[in-house]
Amino acid sequence: MLHAVLSAAAEGGEASPSPIIPAWYDIIWSSVCFVIILVFFWRYVLPRMQKLLDERAEAIEGNIAKADEAQRKAEAALEEYTAQLADARAEAGNIRESAREDGKRIVAEAKNAAQAEAARVTASAQAQIEAERQAALVSLRSEVGTLAIDLASGVIGESLSDDAKATAVVDRFLADLEASEAAAGGKK
Amino acid sequence: MFVVARVPLDAPKQETALLAHALNLLVPMSTDDEFHGPSVTEFFPGPLFLEGTPFEVNRIMLVRFVAVAALLLVFWLGTRRMSVVPGRFQSLVEMGLDLVRVNIADDLLGKKDGKRFLPLLMTIFFMILFMNLTGVVPFLNIAGTSVIGVPLVLAVVAYVAFIYAGIKKSPAGFFKNSLFPAGVPWVLYLIVTPIEFISTFVLRPITLTLRLLMNMMVGHILLVLFFAATQFFVVQLGGWYTALGVGTLAFGLAFTVFEILVAVLQAYIFALLTAVYIQLAVAEEH
Repeated sequence: MLHAVLSAAAEGGEASPSPIIPAWYDIIWSSVCFVIILVFFWRYVLPRMQKLLDERAEAIEGNIAKADEAQRKAEAALEEYTAQLADARAEAGNIRESAREDGKRIVAEAKNAAQAEAARVTASAQAQIEAERQAALVSLRSEVGTLAIDLASGVIGESLSDDAKATAVVDRFLADLEASEAAAGGKK
Repeated sequence: MFVVARVPLDAPKQETALLAHALNLLVPMSTDDEFHGPSVTEFFPGPLFLEGTPFEVNRIMLVRFVAVAALLLVFWLGTRRMSVVPGRFQSLVEMGLDLVRVNIADDLLGKKDGKRFLPLLMTIFFMILFMNLTGVVPFLNIAGTSVIGVPLVLAVVAYVAFIYAGIKKSPAGFFKNSLFPAGVPWVLYLIVTPIEFISTFVLRPITLTLRLLMNMMVGHILLVLFFAATQFFVVQLGGWYTALGVGTLAFGLAFTVFEILVAVLQAYIFALLTAVYIQLAVAEEH
């Protein structure tokens, strides 16, 4: 190597260059490289990186906002459900209440109807009894009259077949009977 | 040989370089079997196009163009169709962007200033990262940052950026905070002020430049050394020396992995220090 350096020095007629003395072309090309890279980073890479960082931050913020929104909606829904539940409870209470009243009313109506029916049945029964008593009275009167005439005819030996007379006699007898009954009743 | 010795090296790596130097001396010197170790001329390959003009292009400049192209491609593909829910590739690109955006810009400068200086910090980090990584990419095999141009330009950019940030914030406050730190008796300013001036306005860009440059130069020299030694032991000497060659190859592979770490670390340190300088410049009080 010494030989090589010596021969190079002999050829060039100068010592080998010092590594800390810059050559012009070295400085110039270094500066060119620097400027190219600086412009590249300044104008291309860093704006893109900044944009990406902004987008990322935005995405994160967006997600947070979305989560907030979801939370808010869930809370609103919960509130709504709670309100609906309360409404439903109140309504159920009302329905129960009105049902109870209806029940009472129905029971009362049924009681009234039953009483009325009972009264009606009683009344009609009494009317029928009365009618039968009248019928019995009428038939009794005629039969009692016939029997009495027959009995009296037998007793007095006289025919009382004359209807007009017989009837008059019977009626008088009955009238007397009724008068005596009335007198007895009045006495009582 | 003397050239090897002149190459500035980091302390931890110096041993290895010295070892190589020693190996160089031990190896029998014949014109055919000579060990071709790395030299500083590695970083000054012959011109390819536009020779002699200020736009001369050599192999390392081409490597830088490849790195820039790769960077543009990766970030164009990674950010072309960004979706809110990222895919695998987009996640990876976003992870890289977030490293600078969150861990460097926002953490040190706060949201507002972090956003202002983000393009600059991104450019510094990824330009250095991609140009560092070319050092371990097969067929490129040299870091674009191992020639002083890129470290120097970026250091100047960082320098201008923090001075601009300070002056924009408050010109008087910036120079007062930088040169006359609060809480120091005024007599001591005779000593403190020159020290502060040199450390803030002179040493910062120099350290930024040299830290990156030397790391990448030494990394390259180490890798070349290991692989050149492997080639020398296995092909040129052969026989029992092959065993040594296996050892050097293993070291070469290990240091390749190490160089990837260094590539990321140096890019991170450069961007981080730039952010720290800006942060110190815009701070109200130190």
